[in-house]
This record gives sequence, structure tokens and C-alpha cells, in this order.
Amino acid sequence: MTNTDGTAVVALSDAAKHFGPVKALDGVSLCVMSGECLALVGHNGAGKSTLVNLINGTFGPTSGTVDFPGGAHGVRSVFQELSLCPNLTVAENLAMAHPGLKGAGWRKPARAEIRSSLDTVFPDNGIDVDAEVDTLSIAERQMVEIAIGFAPRGGTARLVILDEPTSSLDEGIARQLLSHVRRFCEAGGAAIFISHMMGEVFEVSDRIAVLKDGKVVADRPTPEFTRQGLVDAMGHVATERAADQAARSAPGDVILTGEGLQARRGEVVGLSGLAGHGQAAALARLYLSLSSDWRGGKGTKAVFVAGDRPRDGVLPLWSILRNISVSVLGQGLVDRAKERALAEDWKARIGIRTDDLTNPILSLSGGNQQKVLFARALASDAPVVVMDDPMRGVDVGTKQDVYAMIRAEAAKGRTFLWYSTETEEVCQCDRVFVFRNGEISAELTGDEITEERILEASFEMQEAS
Amino acid sequence: MLAKYRIILPVVSLAVLLAATFYMQPRAMSYFGLNLLFNLAVPIALATIAQMMIIMVNDIDLSLGAFVSLAACITATYLNDTPMLGLLILLALVASYALMGAVIHRLDLPAIVVTLGMSFVWGGLALFILPTPGGSAPGWIRTLMTVKPPLVPMAVVAAVLIAFVTHMLVIRSRLGTVLRGVGGNARSITRAGWNVTALKAMAYGLAGLFGVLAGMALVGLTTSADANIALRYTLLSIAGVILGGGEFTGGKVSPVGAVIGALTLTLAASFLSFLRLSPDWQIGAQGAILILVLTARLLFSRKGAAE
Repeated sequence: MTNTDGTAVVALSDAAKHFGPVKALDGVSLCVMSGECLALVGHNGAGKSTLVNLINGTFGPTSGTVDFPGGAHGVRSVFQELSLCPNLTVAENLAMAHPGLKGAGWRKPARAEIRSSLDTVFPDNGIDVDAEVDTLSIAERQMVEIAIGFAPRGGTARLVILDEPTSSLDEGIARQLLSHVRRFCEAGGAAIFISHMMGEVFEVSDRIAVLKDGKVVADRPTPEFTRQGLVDAMGHVATERAADQAARSAPGDVILTGEGLQARRGEVVGLSGLAGHGQAAALARLYLSLSSDWRGGKGTKAVFVAGDRPRDGVLPLWSILRNISVSVLGQGLVDRAKERALAEDWKARIGIRTDDLTNPILSLSGGNQQKVLFARALASDAPVVVMDDPMRGVDVGTKQDVYAMIRAEAAKGRTFLWYSTETEEVCQCDRVFVFRNGEISAELTGDEITEERILEASFEMQEAS
Repeated sequence: MLAKYRIILPVVSLAVLLAATFYMQPRAMSYFGLNLLFNLAVPIALATIAQMMIIMVNDIDLSLGAFVSLAACITATYLNDTPMLGLLILLALVASYALMGAVIHRLDLPAIVVTLGMSFVWGGLALFILPTPGGSAPGWIRTLMTVKPPLVPMAVVAAVLIAFVTHMLVIRSRLGTVLRGVGGNARSITRAGWNVTALKAMAYGLAGLFGVLAGMALVGLTTSADANIALRYTLLSIAGVILGGGEFTGGKVSPVGAVIGALTLTLAASFLSFLRLSPDWQIGAQGAILILVLTARLLFSRKGAAE
């Protein structure tokens, strides 16, 4: 099937998983050889996460089998939703997942192991292994999680499942990870790489399996795919949006200044730069200054679309309906009928995949939860929409839908402030502020917004010094 | 980084309060004075540690006061009259606490409701054993609680000892680290292959153990027991944990801070008496001190976050 000559690390045969009437996975046969990197692509809700959970043993298949010819040890998962203990240090987090560390003096080997693993995967990371995880940035947490996945932990990692590992990493760090995955596979390890970023998929994988509606619709060596072919196989028409420029509205008056940046009415403003250079913090301060003034009087000035869904996005105990309507409840009693109509309207407009809006929000896949958060923000009448890396873990099709929606709303006069870790998204903006070391190093508009210019502005001074 | 500074504020609050007390009443600055000031802090410190074990795993225990009272009643009766039987009953109490933790986790019940319900069970049992105040402290506990070590009084030695042992247990040991991890992100601990039900049972079991120790220490000081002897420990212990730099959620606790918090609360009561404040106002004034310290903490943590 592939050019690797190893043995199978995991083999699924006709594995299915049903949640009640929902067929999350509908008979999948797939195997991963040692020395091979398999990329798994597909839309939100195509069954990728379910497949991962079958392989890492979170639950068993409803029918079919999941076999590990060489034993199930050494199968590691790095999850999309960050899953470290925030109150423990980096080294302690490794120790939790290391069954061999017992008795007195367990800290020292834990520190040494995570240090060496971090330095192997991400050279020059500068992460303090005695820092508590909640003092780290999201990118750093993701790096720690990946390093724990690759760490020996009393055995060896034989199969590492990476679920959207690069979604909160900037380009340079993501590149380090990709080259580590290549080295890891060349040394005989196996990896399953899940990503919505086509460039990465083509760069890192030996073989690509395309999931659609719980089935594998294509499974071929990577060189046999083209980008367009892959997108077609996923079954979503991702139109190239080169003709965007014409559709962009002429910006209006300046309606927002602060943190050294300006935004005009009807403009999409991007905040870019390497992760952890102050963009996210500037965005948060800006939003708080717009929204948290209790003397500010009536009317919402700004709404927020969260990227870190569990932390500042979803209300996990509430239904989808209530998660949408919470931004527009108004005053006095809630008009139930109106609330429902509003939610149904947004469900149709933004394409939230659910039968029933009264289902709990957590029944949705990550990408659909994100759509709910968009609906929540756009349903209000606030003139400014602040977005904190909102496309994390969202598939290509949904992204295109959201881009279109943002354009349409901007044309109606709304202003968007958009922090993103992905250059592709930043290139959708009308005006981009590039941050470096907590300060704005460049302001780009119109045709100046290119990947090269942004990278240049992100690195410039570091080379000079 | 914050973890390292979490301990500063409790230490400063205790130091300020202690300085104020010594200023008001210089005679308290002696072996005997200190012992008198902090005597009653020993059972409160143990109860605070018990509460901390529960808060560490993101729950809260509203039955602790009743539980400590029950332990005190058993210590003053069964443990005094038939030591073996008394010991067995106390062990059974610890086991029942562990079981309660397992049930709370397994059935996904809110701890606040279950423990509130259990507080009536403990209270009822205590009344059943000692309908009227009475009983007497076993001699060895009495001796232990009134021992006079050279240089520093028993209360201070005990506080240091409790702080040291629980620090090793909760912060340094692997078990304590996993338990804190349960409070931080239980799902991650499950994924790493731990049995969270067993871990929660362990945390509750430890709370039960320290609750029993608190009851025994209390009887050692008061020489007799009463079914309502420690009811206010429920809220005192919660206040002690928070005063000591712990947080209600997220597994962020500090055993050394909790002991200091308990000392601060005990001292606050004495300080208010030295101020000649009418007892009617004392509880309110104690609350005011608590709010003051918590406000200071909030301001510090905001400042820390801004940097």
C-alpha cells in the first residue's frame, strides 16, 4: 500500500462507532505502518476525533475491530483541546503520564526527561520546566503537550497521534514540529497527523486518508494527491478567492483607536506576528476597554469571538440555542419565541450541523461549536467584532463560509479586529498590524499584505540586532 | 511563578496581626502567652488541612464541622473507655469519608449537597453518642496536647509539624501532585491512565483522617466533648484555606498557607478581645479582617497578572 516496509502498528477493520442514532464512524478499515506518517483529513464532524478516540482506547468500537499487532503500548495522543493540568508545573505534567516515576526523587528524572524532549522537538524553546502550565502562553502549552507525547515515559513512543497540533503554533515553531515528525518516522515511529492546513499535510505525510461522513473515501500515498484533488475528495468546493479585492468596501471613518492601532468602519483589521509577541494581549486589552466599563451606559460596543473555546467560549452546560442567544437577551423577561427564531435563523445562515438546537453545545464537533460562537457574536448589533484566533481547528470549508460572512458583515459597516496565528487568514484583512516584542512593527494595507511582508516585519529587528 | 508568591500574603497577614497583638498586649510575647494564643489553632489547623484536601479536588465539604464534633465525641467516650473499639470506629469514619468521595465522583453528584446532607448524619450520630456534654479525654491525648517542649510552646511546634508533613504529602509527593492534578484537569489525569474515582476517594479519605485528628486534638485541649463542639469549623476551615492562598477551583492549594490561615483566624479572635470589642461585634469584625485580606490578595494577583 505504501513505500514503507514496516509492520502495522494499528489496524482497524470495518470499525464503526455509533452514538445513539448518530453514526460517527461508519465502518472504517485503515492501518498505520511503523515508519509512516498518515495524514487524516476531513471536515468538522467527518469522524476524525472519533477515529482518534478509538485508536487511543477512550472507547471501543460499536462493531468491527481495532488491533495493535505489536501491543497497545507506546500509543500517544496529543489532543486538539489543550489537556494539561494548568496548576501543575511542566515537569509534573510529564510525571503524571509516566508510570515509571515512583518513590522519592521522582522530580529530577521528570525534569530531565521533559527538558530533553522539549529540546529535541523544539530547539531553543526557552520554556521553564518548573513553570506552572497556566503561566505559559497557549503556544507554549501546546509545545509542552507535544513534547510529552514524544517523550519516552518509561517506554518508547511507537505511534503518536497529533490532532491539529499546529493550530496555535506560529510558522517557525510549526516547522520545527513537522521536521521532528519526519525524523521520528524515519527512525521507525508511526504518526497520525490531523490538520486542516493543506501545506503541512503535503509536507509531512507519506499517505493521506480522507474521511467523509464517517467513512474513508480516499486512502492513497501523498504524491498521488494534488491540493485541489484533496479538497474535492473532502467534498467541499473551496473556491479560490483571488477576486476578493473588488468586493472589499471602501473603509469609512476611524471608529476605534487604542494600543497603537486604528480601525475604520467596515474594515477587517488583522493583528499578526509571531505567537506570543503581544498581539493577543493587545486584543484582550482593547476588548476590555470597549466592553467592561460599567459606567459606559447602554448598548454593546463590541462582541468577542473566542478561540480558546473551553476557556472563554462555550457555556458547556447550556444548549446550542442558549449559547447563541446569550449575547442578545435584552432586558426584562426573555421572549422565548423570538429567541428560538433568532437561533434557527443563525443555524441556517451559518450552517450549524445539528438536528435540534436544544441539544447540549458539547454534542457538536469543535468546528461547529466555533460556528455557534460566531453566531453569538454576529447576532448582536455591536459595531465592533473582536476575534481571538477564531479559526483554530476549523476545516477549510467552514473557513471559507466564515470568510464570506465576515466580508458581508464588513460591507454592512461592521468592523472586525482579527488576531490570527495563520498568515493565510491575515491575508484576508484590509489592514494588518504586525506585532513584535509587544509593539507594532508594521502597518500594512491592501496589496502590501503578503506573507513575505508580514514575516519580514515579524523578524526584521531580530536580524539587525 | 505565582505559586512561589502565593505564600507571601498569608505570612504577611499573620505577621501584621501578630505585631498588632503584641503591641496591644506585650505580655503575650512569652512562652505562656503564645501557647495561650495559639492553643486552639491546632485543631483548627487540622480541620483546615482536611478541608483543603477536598477543595484540592474541586469540591467543598460542608459537613466538616459536624464530622469533627462526631470524632471529638467518639474520642471522649469510646476511645477513652474501650480504646480498640474507639480506634475501629474512627477508622470506619475515615473509610466512610473515602466512600463518600467515591460516590460523589462516580454518580457525579454535587459535593456541596452530599456533604450538607451528611452533616446531619454526623450531627445525629454525635448527639446519639453524647446527648449531653461530657466524656473525658484519654490521658495520652491530654498529655500530648499539654506537653511543654523547651523554648517554643506546643502549639507552635504542632503547627510547624502539621505544615511540614502536609507540605511533603501534598506538594512534594507524587500522590499529592496527582491529586492536585485532579483538581486542575481531571480529564487529563484520566487520559494518563489514573483511576480518578480512587484518587477522589483518597482525597476524601485524607480529609477524613485529618478531620478525625482535629476532633482528637480538640478533646485533648477541652478535656470533654459535646455534639456541637466544632460546628463553626466548617466555615472556619474554608476561610482558613482561602486565607492561606488556596483557590476554590483548579487544585491550587497551599498546605503551609492553610496552617498559617488557621493561625491567623485564631489570632484574629484574640486580637479583637484585646481591643475590648464587645463579643456581639467580634464575628462581624472577624469577617471584616477576612474580607480585608482577600481584597489585598485580589489586588496582588491582578497586579501579578498585569506584569
